[in-house]
Amino acid sequence: MPHRTTRSSDVGSPAELAALLGERGYLADDGLTTACYLALRMGRPLFLEGEAGVGKTELAKTLAAVLGAPLIRLQCYEGLDASQALYDWDFARQLLHLKAAEATGATDAATLEGELYDRRFLIARPLLRALETQPSVLLVDEIDRADDEFEAFLLEVLSDFTISVPELGTISAPVPPVVVVTSNRTRDVHDALKRRCLYHWLEHPSFEREVAILLRRLPGCTETLAADVADAARRLRGAGLVKPPGVAETLDWAEALLTLGARDLDPGLAAATLGAVLKYREDQQAVLRDGVLHRA
Amino acid sequence: MPDPANAAPRERDDADDHDTKGNGAGGSRVLAATMTGFARTLRAAGVGADHQRTQGMLRALRHLDAADREQVYWAGRLTLCAGPDDIPRYDRCFAAYFGGERARPSRGAPPVTIVRHTVTPGGPDGGEGADGHATPATASRTEVLRTRDVSRVTPAELAEIHRLMALLRVPRERRRSRRFTPAHRGRLDVGRTVKETLRQGGEPARLRRMTHRTRPRRVVLLADVSGSMAPYADTLLRFAHALVRSEPRATEVYSVGTRLTRVTAELRHRDPGAAMREVSRVIPDWSGGTRLGEELKEFLDGGSAARGAVVVIASDGWERGDPALLGAQMARLSRLARRVVWVNPHKGREGYQPLTGGMRAALPYVDAFVAGHSLAAFQELAERLSHA
Repeated sequence: MPHRTTRSSDVGSPAELAALLGERGYLADDGLTTACYLALRMGRPLFLEGEAGVGKTELAKTLAAVLGAPLIRLQCYEGLDASQALYDWDFARQLLHLKAAEATGATDAATLEGELYDRRFLIARPLLRALETQPSVLLVDEIDRADDEFEAFLLEVLSDFTISVPELGTISAPVPPVVVVTSNRTRDVHDALKRRCLYHWLEHPSFEREVAILLRRLPGCTETLAADVADAARRLRGAGLVKPPGVAETLDWAEALLTLGARDLDPGLAAATLGAVLKYREDQQAVLRDGVLHRA
Repeated sequence: MPDPANAAPRERDDADDHDTKGNGAGGSRVLAATMTGFARTLRAAGVGADHQRTQGMLRALRHLDAADREQVYWAGRLTLCAGPDDIPRYDRCFAAYFGGERARPSRGAPPVTIVRHTVTPGGPDGGEGADGHATPATASRTEVLRTRDVSRVTPAELAEIHRLMALLRVPRERRRSRRFTPAHRGRLDVGRTVKETLRQGGEPARLRRMTHRTRPRRVVLLADVSGSMAPYADTLLRFAHALVRSEPRATEVYSVGTRLTRVTAELRHRDPGAAMREVSRVIPDWSGGTRLGEELKEFLDGGSAARGAVVVIASDGWERGDPALLGAQMARLSRLARRVVWVNPHKGREGYQPLTGGMRAALPYVDAFVAGHSLAAFQELAERLSHA
């Protein structure tokens, strides 16, 4: 289904943005909508924290779709450094260029060196790519997995939206990209970075919102099934499990049930498809033992 | 420090100064005063709503409707809060401040003081002893003190033990990082080799090599501060301080009892006395009961701080909660952590048997069960943490 795209400066109010996100199947509540709206209007990165599966990454994808901008993703991991996040020189091509120049008899060393550090030999990694792409949505995913040194480095890039390459000069973004930083909170992210961002703690959706999400995302899902699944998800989240299901798991589960032709949450089918929603053996055992799926 | 209320009203904005909603020039000054007052209330409640964040909030409000309570709520929450712990405090302050009554700018009950004596850290002999005269720490005296149970020493001896504790250095065992560092032997560093070749105009240079860097392995200490641990809590937290000071980036400390509280930041203070005061201020459940199982669950649910770390639990295992829950969480922990060390102050006593329900439930999942009643015991523990 074709959607029109919107420039970030054309979004007039949080409610308008909520409608645009909703058109693409992302149903955000007031807090998240306001957060996104402010991120667009103030040009500030949005720092999203919350349990896995509440829809942090999905939001960045949907924002990109709304703005008609490419989503540039920087997946963080331990040991991530500037040459993987920012840019790197394509040494092999530089060497080939040098050999080719030699073969044709080029001798002027200064010119040759100038050619070697040409933009075409620069490999843009996500951060540089985001600065060079207008417009773009930059997703810095799971920042808590990167080393803390990386945060200081990121802070610098996100403060000025400028990257300086010693051999080339400064590359800056005329319009900063829309930045979404996510964290699963496995460790504390430095306050200086958070201060630069808008901070939002994302909760699991309310029952009504989750029903609406299921209906919106899964064509063919009956209202009974959506309500049953959302209700079961709510109870699973309150059951003290190792890994309570997020929206992503609820959607998977409903989809599995739909595939099996369920029209409501039949206990037998529910037990058979439990693997779509609970990914720990202890959790599955506890749920079946305590009868969490059976309504009181 | 400049008063934010004077500096606040209208600072330059990021080129979007013109779209102000619902507040004129006069209104914006009133708004700024109101909002900086609100930020002050938040700070008093323990939310780090500093000047920069307050400015952020005022900027955010320009894009929103400052007359709409809901929008003011979100403008503040998105800019002034920095973590999930801040949110309930924010909600309370918001309700109080904008509900007509002002939140009391106090932290509630006065902090419990656990610092029993003030010791000058690093002083020549730990300052004046409590017995009135300075006692030089001779080698033999120190040796005797080393093995004494900290719950059975005089205040002066305890002060001496704490002084020695402050000098304790706890290096960490190293683990391999994904990053590389130049080295003489190891994998070929293509980048550096080619770069050097380029510099020499294409002449093949010496082959450069690299190897994996190493990083200190993280230690997570869960320190039980419940009533039954009271005689040991002070010394235990001083050990925690020495841990944090040795490797500030590779240490996490939580207090457990009836509430799980992260105290790492408080322990980063250089001076042990100051660190202890900070810690005593933030721990809400001194000398209460123990619900280790629930807190361990909260700790494990909160993320994977335990993943790959050496986790040290310092507790006597007097569990008031369900030992089965504790056992289940210990099983989870043992799968996540590199090693689990249980420190029990009573283990140093002769004839001690781990018979409490909590201890019995936890022991099958513990890699090392050690004593924690004396300086010597803590030194041994430090040794354990610095070697694989």
